[in-house]
Amino acid sequence: MGMGGMSTRKDSPAAVEANGVSKIFGDGSDKVVALDDVSVTIKQNEFFTLLGPSGCGKTTLLRLIAGFDHPNNGNILLEGDDISGLPPYQRQVNTVFQNYALFPHMTVAGNIAFGLEMLDKPRNEIDATVANMLKLVRMEELRDRQTSQISGGQQQRVALARALAPHPKVLLLDEPLSALDLKLRKEMQIELKRLQNETGITFIFVTHDQEEALTMSDRIAVMSNGNILQIGSPREIYDHPAERFVANFIGETNFLTADLVLAKNKAGKIKLSSGKTIAATLPDNHAANGKVTAVVRPEHARIVKPGTSAALEGRLDNIVYFGTDTHYHVKLGAEGDFIVRMQNSRDDAGKFAAGSKVGIAIDSNAAQVLRD
Amino acid sequence: MSTLDQLAQSELATGENRASAIADATHRAHVRRRLLLTTPALIVLFCAASGPLLIMLIYSFLSAGDYGGVEWTLSWDGWANVFMQRDIFDGTLSIADAHVSILWRSVKLSLLTTFTALVFGFPTAYFIATRPPRTRNLWLFLITIPFWTNLLIRTFAIMEVIRNQGVINTILKSLELIDEPIQMLFTDFAIMIGMTYVYLPLMVLPIYASMEKLDFRLVEAGYDLYATRFRVLRRIILPLVKPGVVAGSILVFIPSLGAYVTPRLLGGGKNMMLGNLIELQFGQGRNWPLGAALSFSLLIIVMAALLIYVRGVGKPESGHD
Amino acid sequence: MTELSNSAQTPTLRRPFSVRTQPGFATIAMVCFFLLYAPLLPLVVYSFNSGTSIAFWEGFSFRWYVAAWDNEFVQDATIRSVVVATSASFTATCLATMAALGTTRTRPYRGLTAIYAMINQPLMVPEIVTAVALLILFATIKAVTNYHGLAYLIIAHTAFCIPFAYMPIRARLEGMDLSLETAAADLYATPWKTFRRVTLPLVWPGVLAGLMLAFVISLDDVVITEFVKSAGQDTLPTYMLGQLRRAITPEVHAISTVLLAVSVAMVTIFFFLNRKMQ
Repeated sequence: MGMGGMSTRKDSPAAVEANGVSKIFGDGSDKVVALDDVSVTIKQNEFFTLLGPSGCGKTTLLRLIAGFDHPNNGNILLEGDDISGLPPYQRQVNTVFQNYALFPHMTVAGNIAFGLEMLDKPRNEIDATVANMLKLVRMEELRDRQTSQISGGQQQRVALARALAPHPKVLLLDEPLSALDLKLRKEMQIELKRLQNETGITFIFVTHDQEEALTMSDRIAVMSNGNILQIGSPREIYDHPAERFVANFIGETNFLTADLVLAKNKAGKIKLSSGKTIAATLPDNHAANGKVTAVVRPEHARIVKPGTSAALEGRLDNIVYFGTDTHYHVKLGAEGDFIVRMQNSRDDAGKFAAGSKVGIAIDSNAAQVLRD
Repeated sequence: MSTLDQLAQSELATGENRASAIADATHRAHVRRRLLLTTPALIVLFCAASGPLLIMLIYSFLSAGDYGGVEWTLSWDGWANVFMQRDIFDGTLSIADAHVSILWRSVKLSLLTTFTALVFGFPTAYFIATRPPRTRNLWLFLITIPFWTNLLIRTFAIMEVIRNQGVINTILKSLELIDEPIQMLFTDFAIMIGMTYVYLPLMVLPIYASMEKLDFRLVEAGYDLYATRFRVLRRIILPLVKPGVVAGSILVFIPSLGAYVTPRLLGGGKNMMLGNLIELQFGQGRNWPLGAALSFSLLIIVMAALLIYVRGVGKPESGHD
Repeated sequence: MTELSNSAQTPTLRRPFSVRTQPGFATIAMVCFFLLYAPLLPLVVYSFNSGTSIAFWEGFSFRWYVAAWDNEFVQDATIRSVVVATSASFTATCLATMAALGTTRTRPYRGLTAIYAMINQPLMVPEIVTAVALLILFATIKAVTNYHGLAYLIIAHTAFCIPFAYMPIRARLEGMDLSLETAAADLYATPWKTFRRVTLPLVWPGVLAGLMLAFVISLDDVVITEFVKSAGQDTLPTYMLGQLRRAITPEVHAISTVLLAVSVAMVTIFFFLNRKMQ
């Protein structure tokens, strides 16, 4: 890093760079590998999300960046500088905690001012920044309240303002919305996105909620068992999952076993168990031929009359009505169930009856082959 | 460069080890901090609590000096004298009746005290726990006050009540129920009453603590399944608050067994308990090794009781009822 | 029709059924509260008796309070009690606060159980045992150094006050959100600043509660003081113990009443501090 001097650093360095970071908790039989040789680069001004189930290591990675824990291996760079040896209070990184961790013995304004006071900023600058922050999170009228006297959503805003006030290089958010109810959570998602745009600060957001990740992020890293499985934009992650875990964790998916009959760069053709051949997208550098697993999202298929346009055929097992759309569960025989999700329109009630034989048409390029 | 980094630097063999060196340095800083924080308290406790016990253990194996203190020669007499006595004339050993009866009185009175405190304490704790939250604190407060008021004063208060010219005898006399005052002071009964009075809050508070956590929906479920009030108490409430009952019983039993002030004031000179017997060896008895051995005997009984407590409460769901 | 006749036979409850009551428990509880407080009443009443008797009421007066106030021994003992209780409770609270910081807010580590055992030892070991053990140790030291001052009492009191001061402080620390200190460190507070600005203000009620408990415990101690004190080093409780073995005058009642009032006042403050903490 930095070996090439100023010329290669023409564009600003990455906001955060983790190189081969490992974290092991406990020892002997209690040993838990929380992070296993993880490397990731987070760009400046990016809304970056670490997504995964609990215990996947996402919070550990966040705590390592913040400096609350120290990696057993590897290093972490903040805007190009190695911060591995710095205690949290010397890292220009702030955290919004899952439970907010607001100081109960201080007012709203006192909480927001705390970081600036610790940095020994002059009083007038502190007052101005606090006023700005209160305005930014729309909490001006509550500045002198005790933090125990405000609602959960308001506490969330104070926690955000407190972390943003020292203008950190990176803001870390550890499942900050998980304690809020659904309606408030939706509001805060929009609010967070707005704050990120207005402040231009890099956000690293940790969540286990796939919908939250898809709606807010510029890029998502999907994590499992201490590893990053895939990094990409929400669209890439959703439409082109590279691994079974990613496909399964995000949204509903149908898995199909097939034979890869043609591979040309990322485009390929697969032969399904029904004997029909359809176009499919391949992961990078995929081997030419052989058995593969392909995924098709339920909304990328349609129920049709059995016949030529159908890629698959089966018996319609169950029809579940959801208001905006209907889910059709089709029994494919040996391959199990295939779920099709179709938007409802006024006149398709009773078009297909449970128990009847139906065909499934798959949208062009909807099939994605997994890296196995 | 930060302190952590400097710490890490000192053992920085190669660049690859840097991360783990930092992690180690952080850990060591953490360990040093908690050592610095706990050591002062532990030193004081060692000097004035654990240390003296060890010295006393040594003393119990020495021989008694003629005017108190010890001779530095090894001797088992201290321990032997706990239960045995050597005849002054022919030197034969026999059971020390006085010691055995004092030990028996101590155990008997402590068990009776524990039982009485439980009989009064359990319903009281239940009563407090079932008050609405607002008044519950007031009742709790009323139990807490005697808990923290001077033991000596409360023993004195009991003394005043049961004296021959005390409140009870005066009332009974004025009602012409008795002619002569009933002798209550300086009896075993007085000691038992006094200890129950003094240690009752120690029974109520832990039972209350368990009872407070009791989910009354379980009681409702019991009634729903046709249990009577008594059966709900016996089959649902009691098993669930058992840890509190055991804790309370231990907390009353231990200080009762080692009581010194209460038996001294309420039992007079002849109704001694273990605590008074121990004191005697350091006063008129001038037998420090025996006193030390008696103290350790008391300590052993206490430890046994604590062990039962740990065993019993450690795994409250033992399966049988 | 059958259903109607059935309902007519159903016995009506005299009182609405309450799942929370047990027969007789409230009565026993009331008796219990009465018995806890009733014996204190004659003690307080006779302290205001104008006569010398502790059996007959001869009129109201402050005579015995004045007598106690003028009694040189009582004055000495009071000053000694206050000096010992103040120094012991203050030292014990400082040490207990540090120990509590070193034993909470950390993952359990080896030796923690041993530390707990040592801190709680004064609560587990009968007082008389600790008292004679201290007698043995201090008698030797007194013989060697020829120092007979108050330091013995203060050290002994500090030791048994530590667990009492430790309890509320530890409870307070354990109830405190761990991430608060992490948040302070995240917001550029150095460890010392974190302690000053976040940890200390938040444990403060616990420290005060611990200090008061320790003070009351030290002020009330009889057994250990009786065995550790040098000749003529009576504290108020040991002075009273001596008096109780003689012919009792209402002077002892007066001293008791004052001590009782002090304890009640302290516990009341402690109780409200505790409630504020929740």
